[in-house]
Amino acid sequence: MVRYTKYRFSFVLLLLSLLVCFVVNISLGSVAIPFNATLQSIFGGEVMHEFWSYIIWDVRIPKALTAILVGSGLALSGLLMQTLFRNPLAGPFVLGISSGASLGAALMIMGGSFFSGLISFSLVNDVSMAFAASVGSFLVLLVVVVVAYRIKDTMALLIIGLMFGSITAAIVSVLSYFTNAEELQQYIYWSFGSVGNLTWQQLLLLLLIIVIGILLSIVSIKPLNALLLGESYARSLGVNLKKSRYVIIIATGLLAGGITAFAGPIAFIGLAVPHLTRQIFNTTDHKVLVPAVLIYGAILMLICDTIAQLPTSVNVLPINAITSIVGAPVVIWLLVRKKKMIF
Amino acid sequence: MVIAKGLNFSLLGGEISAIIGINGIGKSTLLRTVGKVQPKLSGTIYLNDKNLKDYNALELASKISVVLTEPLASKNLTVLELISLGRQPYTNWIGKLSNKDKAKIQEAIAMVELAELQYKKCHELSDGQLQRVMIARALAQDTAIILLDEPTSHLDLHHKVRILKLLKSIAHKTNKTILFTSHEIEMAIQLCDKILVLNKEVHDFGKPNELIQKSAFEKLFPIDTVSFDPSTGSFKIKK
Repeated sequence: MVRYTKYRFSFVLLLLSLLVCFVVNISLGSVAIPFNATLQSIFGGEVMHEFWSYIIWDVRIPKALTAILVGSGLALSGLLMQTLFRNPLAGPFVLGISSGASLGAALMIMGGSFFSGLISFSLVNDVSMAFAASVGSFLVLLVVVVVAYRIKDTMALLIIGLMFGSITAAIVSVLSYFTNAEELQQYIYWSFGSVGNLTWQQLLLLLLIIVIGILLSIVSIKPLNALLLGESYARSLGVNLKKSRYVIIIATGLLAGGITAFAGPIAFIGLAVPHLTRQIFNTTDHKVLVPAVLIYGAILMLICDTIAQLPTSVNVLPINAITSIVGAPVVIWLLVRKKKMIF
Repeated sequence: MVIAKGLNFSLLGGEISAIIGINGIGKSTLLRTVGKVQPKLSGTIYLNDKNLKDYNALELASKISVVLTEPLASKNLTVLELISLGRQPYTNWIGKLSNKDKAKIQEAIAMVELAELQYKKCHELSDGQLQRVMIARALAQDTAIILLDEPTSHLDLHHKVRILKLLKSIAHKTNKTILFTSHEIEMAIQLCDKILVLNKEVHDFGKPNELIQKSAFEKLFPIDTVSFDPSTGSFKIKK
């Protein structure tokens, strides 16, 4: 069919753009490394300085790969949420999954002083933070699954998710009020989001989580397409609604929870990328959308990260701010152009 | 809550039947229950001598297709994409359309005369056009039973008649069972093989002329607003 050849061409183009963004992202940073040297290092050649190779292989490549995983995963979880909840405003944040992760992180960092030394959290490091955030998001996910079992209405589930977000935000506020400046600062740094600081082992774990999330999404492509008609129609088309809802919710939880645990709460990618993709590909077919949001998410995240690291400067801007600055105008542009938000 | 007590009727292949009754009497509830779109309140429904509750969603999807009144979740689908979704019960795990599927889709599009609209997005269509698209989707699903909840609402008189005549010819030619709810009582009397008249206390089911003889339609509305004329099969407004 004509349609599919057109998509194939777009995908080739997209993958090439991804490769370009990846190489550009690696070649830029606080330490100026010539572009040629970067390429040589990536493709296993000898470079002039030992530390260039170190910077590229142990700092920049893990960071760029994290950005790819974070961007793809968040964009995919946003797509899943928007279709499942039939709501163009849905994203990983709406189910309260990111809030759960934030609460986990907040308790880990600031809980110590709140409970006045009852428990000592002297060992707050990246791994324990990721662990706490994962536990937080997983707990919220568990509650959501239980609630989803009792409440069949996805709109109600969405609102419950928002309420979870409010509750966790309130607890975080209380914690912040009683905590000391140092811990507060540490929490705020986490909430800025970051795709750096991941070791190869952590990266591998994140990769595993995201691959599982992607596989679950791929099996859900057919139910996702049926859900575009609404739940009653989906059931009449033979979709096992209960099972599909669980699979989609678990996939979202894994993607959003895992990413927030490792990279902090990163805004707008999950919301904006699916809309952008639907606009560009002009389709709602998840067979096309699932791979497309993965690549677009990765590209957008790489671009945001390239901007955030302020090439040639030693300063690094909070990635969360950049994704919002890039993401919010995208959503506004889509709304203004289309006059309404169609998904 | 009891919708209708002592309700007992059976539908046969090759017949088109209508459910009529006043607003809120439970026409849609009954239709949606028959299609297992919503859980039944009480009673038993049999499909080919097998209890409806023993069918799983996928088995049922190749037996019953529905056209509902609820809005589409996404109106960003093209007409062709939407009608193609009707083939889901038959496609593989990722929903790849076979040549047979594509033929069925084009057949459905031709039947409802949507060829010109097939690449349009659903949000560009009028309510009436969208209604026809939803009917085409049900036809593409190629089931023995088609249930339609108010398929003629939003349609002009011409398209109302066309759709009902189309449904009738589909039922007769392909031996399908078609059941729909409607407020178009006069049209139902002229076109349907059988009608189910839902009332508060009594329910009548049978051929239109039998029902007229039983004066089933007189009881439908309060006598001071409209009256039924058995000779023409139509309602007259009381002055």
